[in-house]
Amino acid sequence: MEKRSTFNNLWLPYLLLAPQIIITFIFFIWPASQALYQSFLLEDAFGLSSEFVWFENFEVLFSDPLYFDSINTTFIFSAATTFLSLSTALLFAVMADRVIRGEMAYKTILTWPYAVAPAVAGVLWLFMFSPSNGILALALKDWGYDWNHILQGGQALVLVVIAAAWKQIAYNFIFFLAGLQMIPKSLIEAAAIDGAGPAKRFWTIIFPLLSPTTFFLIVVNVVYAFFDTFGIIHAVTQGGPYKSTEILVYKVYNDGFIGLDLGGSAAQSVILMFIVITLTVIQFRYIERRVQY
Amino acid sequence: MVENRPTLNVLTHVTLLTGIVIVSFPIYIAFVASTHEARDILMTVQGWFGTNLIENYTTVLQTGKASTGSISVALMMWNSLVMALGIVVGKISISILSAYAIVYFRFPFRMLFFWLIFVTLMLPVEVRILPTYEVVANLGLLNTYPGLVLPLIASATATFLFRQFFLTIPDELAEASRVDGAGPFRFFFDILLPLSRTNIAALFVILFIYGWNQYLWPLLVTTEQNMTTIVMGIQAMLYVPDDINEWNITMATAILAMLPPVLIIIVMQRQFVKGLVETEK
Repeated sequence: MEKRSTFNNLWLPYLLLAPQIIITFIFFIWPASQALYQSFLLEDAFGLSSEFVWFENFEVLFSDPLYFDSINTTFIFSAATTFLSLSTALLFAVMADRVIRGEMAYKTILTWPYAVAPAVAGVLWLFMFSPSNGILALALKDWGYDWNHILQGGQALVLVVIAAAWKQIAYNFIFFLAGLQMIPKSLIEAAAIDGAGPAKRFWTIIFPLLSPTTFFLIVVNVVYAFFDTFGIIHAVTQGGPYKSTEILVYKVYNDGFIGLDLGGSAAQSVILMFIVITLTVIQFRYIERRVQY
Repeated sequence: MVENRPTLNVLTHVTLLTGIVIVSFPIYIAFVASTHEARDILMTVQGWFGTNLIENYTTVLQTGKASTGSISVALMMWNSLVMALGIVVGKISISILSAYAIVYFRFPFRMLFFWLIFVTLMLPVEVRILPTYEVVANLGLLNTYPGLVLPLIASATATFLFRQFFLTIPDELAEASRVDGAGPFRFFFDILLPLSRTNIAALFVILFIYGWNQYLWPLLVTTEQNMTTIVMGIQAMLYVPDDINEWNITMATAILAMLPPVLIIIVMQRQFVKGLVETEK
């Protein structure tokens, strides 16, 4: 879509574009190309000398069992977070769509955790699961289950999944509710007249019609779990214990800034960029399809 | 509501109340902890409010936590506020200008610039942290507000939002104002800007939360303690030996870190939902 009526000016459009283009170039295009370039270099930790090594950094990366562990952790983490968060949010949205009284109050309370930073969400859950004084850790202990995420890798992963999913419920709730409200009431009424109960109506009409929203949210949640959860991991577990919660983004940071393996970290960045681009393309294709609907 | 089913109605409210408990319980626990003395919550769980509310919050705001260099949380909140507002103002102004140029002007390389901006949609900060850090360091912007703000304000989302919105504005408006002798500046300030008010408000809410909640970037570019932002400041409070861990101070800081964005969401609920739904399209 293009405007028919436009202004003619030789220099003004460039002036208007200049701030964004300059910032984009300095802080996006240049660093991204640097990351690409560095991923082909083998550099010593002090940056004194570097050598062009083609794909050696990638070869090292793909022969490193630790990297595959990290990929594995990332997949478990993002799948669990997405599933947990989406299913609870869908349940609440379906219920909120039903209520007549108190709708606004429910909606406001269920949406505001969106404002909580991932790192802060992590700290809240860390406190509740703190082995010596956390309310949930002590409750588990009373039931005979020994909770200590500082030593138990599996428990640490459960903790970060819960914190990450909790923070994302609000977001998913908003989109599910918007999706539910777009479903024509006449369809549901017709099904009710034909004798379909609430559960049957949900699975045969509402859930299939909601699938575009669900699909969109799956992509967004996977991106969230891949990248935005850095704060949770860094604040709560620091990737530990024994790297059991080291997701890919955390590994890029850890190898680059702590381990000073610049080439390896850049190679990991490049792989992450490909993952983001793939996810973005999937999302755009889906949006195009929805527009044609 | 299609039919009346009393049991289902009860179940609905029970589920939603459970949802509220799940959503609010962590915050309630944190708030309770922030009203107790440090030793009262070191080995036990407190279920109800203590008496140290005012004392704890005064300590936090004025002197912070002794074990992390006593940076006052008031200063951290100030840093977060400057950063968040810098991102909001910077992003909205550069993107409304570039969207204006792309929609209302015809000039050579227009599509090239459009794609250049579009590319940034695909590169979150997290995947290019090291080289971006180098750029900022070379420009001498470490431990400065511009260093915190500038790398985060170039993003395509706001530009796209404005572009989509400008495209829905009838052509007749631009034609009529041209006939009346308005130039590009006049048209922008007198017509486009007032029309964009609701979009700007929606973006304000989303971007403020985005800016306030930044974590990784401030962690990298601020090494001086007086440049700490509150969200990353909490993290430093966690890693101290267990027996001197003042959870009450940490939790009071967590509550303060949540307060501004939560208030904005509650006060501007409508703009928030609009902003969220539209920036994702």
